[in-house]
Amino acid sequence: MKAPDFAYARPASLDAALALLAEHGEDAVPLAGGQSLVTALNMRLSAPGLLVDLNAIPELTGVSEAGGEAGGIVRIGAMTRHRDVGTAALVRERLPLLAAALPHIAHPAIRNRGTIGGSVALADPATEWPACCLAAGASIVVRGPGAERRVPADDFFQGLYTTALEPGEIVTAIEFPVPGADAVWGFEELSRRHGDYALVGLAATGRRSAGGLSDLRLAFFGVADRPVLARDAAAALEAGDLAGAQAALAGELDPPDDPTTKAATRLHLARVILGRVAARMRGGSAQEDGPDGV
Amino acid sequence: MASENPDRAHAVAFTLNGEAVRAHVPARMHLGDLLRQSFGLTGVHLGCEHGVCGACTILVDGRAVRSCLMLGVQADGATVETVEGLTESGRIRDLQDAFHARNALQCGYCTPGMLVTAAELLDDADAATSREAIRAAIAGNYCRCTGYHAIVDAIASTAEARGQGRRDAGRDAGLEAAE
Ligand SMILES: Cc1cc2nc3c(=O)[nH]c(=O)nc-3n(C[C@H](O)[C@H](O)[C@H](O)COP(=O)(O)OP(=O)(O)OC[C@H]3O[C@@H](n4cnc5c(N)ncnc54)[C@H](O)[C@@H]3O)c2cc1C
Ligand code: FES
Ligand code: FES
Repeated sequence: MKAPDFAYARPASLDAALALLAEHGEDAVPLAGGQSLVTALNMRLSAPGLLVDLNAIPELTGVSEAGGEAGGIVRIGAMTRHRDVGTAALVRERLPLLAAALPHIAHPAIRNRGTIGGSVALADPATEWPACCLAAGASIVVRGPGAERRVPADDFFQGLYTTALEPGEIVTAIEFPVPGADAVWGFEELSRRHGDYALVGLAATGRRSAGGLSDLRLAFFGVADRPVLARDAAAALEAGDLAGAQAALAGELDPPDDPTTKAATRLHLARVILGRVAARMRGGSAQEDGPDGV
Repeated sequence: MASENPDRAHAVAFTLNGEAVRAHVPARMHLGDLLRQSFGLTGVHLGCEHGVCGACTILVDGRAVRSCLMLGVQADGATVETVEGLTESGRIRDLQDAFHARNALQCGYCTPGMLVTAAELLDDADAATSREAIRAAIAGNYCRCTGYHAIVDAIASTAEARGQGRRDAGRDAGLEAAE
């Protein structure tokens, strides 16, 4: 199928983009990598009157460090492509969780074009970046007609394709706190075919202390209407009780039941990957992902 | 930049297979259709038009992208290469020969996308080219005919031949320096 008719503009600054969105109201939508939006247009699932292309706005791209020694932050511009996020030297060094997630996002040609801001703004519950933002305690930086605001990932993802973004607002960057020296992380995803959306996935961060794990954040994806922090499972795991953590998931996740994968299967798979991630986080820091992590 | 103002069609200028080109393109037309309809580049195959099959994959500014998920107007200022350009420049001749030799194509519908995806992988000096890595790289390209085994064989043998070439060159240089 072909896209319906629409107008297109490619403003050269964030202010110009915001002005266009304000002027055209609900008729206008931002266009980032287009890897979800153009699909929706081609399938006629969406019929906006105006696409405001964010690709010519330099201030929205790039990975940089902010915040000094203590409380350091890595800031990733919203228009940074999936591939450039995962391969940036700063990300590989400071945020290895994101580098491990990258190969699981779609296929190379889609990673070359899709953006982290687009993924976060779309909030597909089966996708990697939103879960990584949640696990890593990131903040979503948003600009609208008013002042810039920062929304913690915990509050940003509110439901199926639903976020704290107001109409006319643009995600400008994601800010990730840099983990300390004792930090550990884990990433695991199961999908039908490499690059497909996750049946179930887990992005996790924490700290290793005196043989145990603490400050765990276990962000599951593909198992509810949004990425979910499994707090009870984290508490059990911090107490050294893996079986208890796995059992706790039944009360914390609400997996979809679809014709190909039953809810019970997804829940079982969530327990399996929790076991794998817990073993890796206990065993060592910054470990590479399984054989999938090509 | 004319496209700063909202419009249903825009003038674009870009580099296509090494030549400067211009077009006037409706905003709703994706790049795959622009390349086929305005420039006759029918090597750009369209299968699903929603990013899943990979048949429409081309290079934009050196990177593989789905031409069905990029708008024609977005090509303004870019460098675009299709399988025709890659063929004419000879850049993927070894890969094309390997596809032929290994029986990695039958109807050929998926082939342009497979070649472009493989071309990017083979050009990336840091990329792993194990069979597993090749399978991961082409997982986004559907083939109905040959099965993937022959395609993986063709890409793997090209990688090996290119790697061998580089190693030989290195060894020769080393020998020369030692002599
Ligand atoms: C075959 C296929 C497989 C895929 N598999 C995966 C996968 O496994 N994992 C995964 O994560 N993704 C996957 N994707 C989706 C892809 O990663 C998208 O790129 C991503 O979800 C959206 O990002 P985008 O930059 O392309 O945004 P777009 O498609 O341009 O936009 C998506 C939505 O977000 C809005 N938007 C975009 N940017 C902003 C912004 N800065 N501020 C406010 N609103 C904004 C747009 O208006 C639109 O509504 C897949 C896509 C395809 C076609
Ligand atoms: S036609 Fe573009 S990916 Fe299928
Ligand atoms: S050769 Fe026919 S689809 Fe691949």
